[in-house]
Amino acid sequence: MDLFYLAISATFVNNILLAQYLGNCPFLGVSKRIETAAGMAAAIIFVTILSAVFTWAVLVYMLRPYGLEFLQTLTFILIIASLVQFVEIILKKKSKVLYDALGVYLALITTNCAVLGVVLLVARKELAFIEMLVFSSTSAVGYALALLLFAGHRERLQISAIPRSMQGTAIALVTAGIMSLAFIGFRGMAN
Amino acid sequence: MITPIVLLTSIGFVAAVILGIAGRLFYVDEDPRIEAVANLLPGANCGGCGQAGCNATAEAIVQRRLEVNVCVVGGTETAEAIGTLLGYDVTGSEPKLACSTCEGGYRAARKYHYSGLQDCRAALQLYHGFIRCENGCLGLGSCFKACKFSAIRMDNVSGLPVFDPDRCVGCGSCIEACPKGIISLVGEKTKILHWNQYTQCLSPCRQRCPAQINIPKYLAHARRGEYGAALMTIKDNNPLPVATGRVCPELCATECRRTINDDPLAINPVKRFVSDWERSSGKRIPVSVAADTGYKIAVVGGGPSGLSAAYYLRRLGHQVEIFEKMPKLGGMPRYGIPDYRLSDEQLDWDIEGILELGITAHTNVTLGKDFTIQFLRNNGFDAVYLAIGAWFGRMIPLEGKELTGIYSGIDYLRRFHTDEEIIQGKRFVVIGAGNVAMDCARSALRAGASSVLLIFRFSRDLMEANAHEITDAENEGVIMRCLVSPVRFIGENGRLTGIEVQEVTLRHSPTGGLPEVIPVEGSNEIVDCDVVIQAVGQAADLNDIIAADGLAKTRYSTIDADEDTLQTSLPGVFAGGDCYSGPRLMVEAIAAGRYAARSIHYYVTTGAIPPIEYRQREMMAPAMIDSLVNVIPTPTSAIKPVIPVEDRMGTFREVEGTITEQQCQQEANRCLNCGIYCYDQDDLPRDQTRIARSCPNEPHIVEKEEMALPN
Ligand code: SF4
Ligand code: SF4
Repeated sequence: MDLFYLAISATFVNNILLAQYLGNCPFLGVSKRIETAAGMAAAIIFVTILSAVFTWAVLVYMLRPYGLEFLQTLTFILIIASLVQFVEIILKKKSKVLYDALGVYLALITTNCAVLGVVLLVARKELAFIEMLVFSSTSAVGYALALLLFAGHRERLQISAIPRSMQGTAIALVTAGIMSLAFIGFRGMAN
Repeated sequence: MITPIVLLTSIGFVAAVILGIAGRLFYVDEDPRIEAVANLLPGANCGGCGQAGCNATAEAIVQRRLEVNVCVVGGTETAEAIGTLLGYDVTGSEPKLACSTCEGGYRAARKYHYSGLQDCRAALQLYHGFIRCENGCLGLGSCFKACKFSAIRMDNVSGLPVFDPDRCVGCGSCIEACPKGIISLVGEKTKILHWNQYTQCLSPCRQRCPAQINIPKYLAHARRGEYGAALMTIKDNNPLPVATGRVCPELCATECRRTINDDPLAINPVKRFVSDWERSSGKRIPVSVAADTGYKIAVVGGGPSGLSAAYYLRRLGHQVEIFEKMPKLGGMPRYGIPDYRLSDEQLDWDIEGILELGITAHTNVTLGKDFTIQFLRNNGFDAVYLAIGAWFGRMIPLEGKELTGIYSGIDYLRRFHTDEEIIQGKRFVVIGAGNVAMDCARSALRAGASSVLLIFRFSRDLMEANAHEITDAENEGVIMRCLVSPVRFIGENGRLTGIEVQEVTLRHSPTGGLPEVIPVEGSNEIVDCDVVIQAVGQAADLNDIIAADGLAKTRYSTIDADEDTLQTSLPGVFAGGDCYSGPRLMVEAIAAGRYAARSIHYYVTTGAIPPIEYRQREMMAPAMIDSLVNVIPTPTSAIKPVIPVEDRMGTFREVEGTITEQQCQQEANRCLNCGIYCYDQDDLPRDQTRIARSCPNEPHIVEKEEMALPN
């Protein structure tokens, strides 16, 4: 498969967040300020790529040869959880500020469906190593992009005149819906 | 079946081993309490407390940078759980409430309508804000929209936000939304640590007061008869209101906006009234003290500066001990101000109020002789504040200076308050024209002198003493001769018998500053006298301290300290008051004490002293308003009662009395409630009174209420 199309598809057309609706909780939870959204985006990109590499290796060298593909979901959750713990330990030591800023959301990545979704898609599409790298990194970038764009919107929304009943999460969900429609507009550019 | 189990177990095992190794390699030595506190927090990571997340909050709570009740989601239960875990009383943690210092006057009627713009920040960027007031509230209510707890409503009449203390959780969202910086989160600590900034909406009197007392606020309380609240507002910035109410030269009144129309407000007499109101009630209004921080601070010097620093440090939760070289606390106000202006009992009331907060005082101990800074450090004091004053009276080195009968002003005055013998004489000459000189001259007359001549080498308009001190001295019989300079002292058998003086003229100095003094040839004359008092300046005596601890001093013989932090050349040692600035006003020493308390508090708790952004140092030029609209001239009626001159001699009875309650209220009612650009324009008809309400910390003048007058 053409790597370029794969990248475009993962970033825009099949955006993991706005087209596939995976990873909605941090999308709504950490998007109030661009700064926090950027921190979260960085963490997601990092964890997704790392998880994809490890899960791909386990899938290709352990599960598939022994016909144990039915264990995919269970194994992947185990791996992602351990990886997030690992990242947390290192962040705490090396970048206390980032660690504090991410706070409980770092732990939330453990159960983030976007990360799990990406690695399961890699398995389902039976991607080769390079393809897996491109797909996982661009999917994560797509997620980050959506998150940052949304945070930008929400910052604006905060100083706009919004009817009281629509303030907060209500207007955020409406905005997310419209953004999602905009991303659907990429349909047809790649599969 | 076996294979999947083996596989999953081995993956889990490998992960556990790797995590175990990582945990050892990247081990962070963390206070276990931080994790425990983090577990008690709801983990919502909402950022409502202003921290980067719950972990950061937990850390700040454990390090006592934040109060246990900081979490806006957790509520009282969480606060209590954390308080129990950390072992301190949750009731001691202070709630912080949002409030605005902008009182707006009657802006709403003149509110500018921004076409289509409904947000303060946008309006500010496009039109620089409100059409009349460039500093005050714009009234579009961005704070109201930002508050998630419905704690703000916009008042229809005044156009100002009104805060509901029961709903406000102190999250600070409103502060972020306000582009004008007029909303602040106020708790007791905030008030103590706050320093006036150019970005605030400050009335001219408040800008000029060295102690930065919120004058419009206490006047608002006083005019409503809330004397306790008025006094507490004063004590937020000045713990010695009885003393300053008597001796302060009232710099604030010189800037009072009322002067444009009639007389300045009698601000200090109102202060004196409310502080005397508490004193005569005999019951002290309790002052809050924060939970114990465990830090120990030594304050050297029990004068106004040392006492203020001790007062505010104690209120911030630190353990404070005062070390004083004289037998009693009080410093210069006790030993340098005569009883007819400020008596020992009056000063004692203020001092006892300070000590009652739990401050220990050691008297008769001198720094450099009985103990050293090193000694204090070795005894567990985390910081030291030097406020040792300027006790050394300067003398002019003229011929005959060794004769008996020549004293410094401070030496003369001190003896009235100690066991030392009082200096007696018949014919006194006082050199100098400051408040100390007036005090010496007036005391000498009371102590039995037959004549007192005060000589000053500059013209009368350059006399430094308060204007009314000079007139009082003259009324009592002090003869003043300006443009006269001393030449030499004359004596017989080692005793002073006279002083040779010479007339002078002044010439404008090309470098600015004081004019040049030119002697008039042939004008020398000899004045017979038996005592000469030189009130020509004071200095700090630093030699012993420098020898013992190596403190750096300036070329003016004052302690060298950083202007922004008051920290001296020795880390953790701070200096302020007369020993740092040279002899100044009592209220300036008090201000220095609070400023030092701020620095010391940050120093011991965080290790760094944050600079004050936009610190207000000079009067803000744009605040100058040169005409008043709609304000009917009403001269002051707060003239203090004074005792007749005949009753003053031979006794040290207080000369000036306190104004009456009625005078106090009338005077407070004259206040225009000024903001930086605005003032309350509508003079009140007699049947209305201003109502200050809504904010627990700052009264908002939100409406005028009709008061039925008896027919
Ligand atoms: S008034 Fe201000 S500080 Fe108080 S709850 Fe509302 S936004 Fe937060
Ligand atoms: S009128 Fe009141 S607020 Fe205005 S300057 Fe005078 S004392 Fe201060």
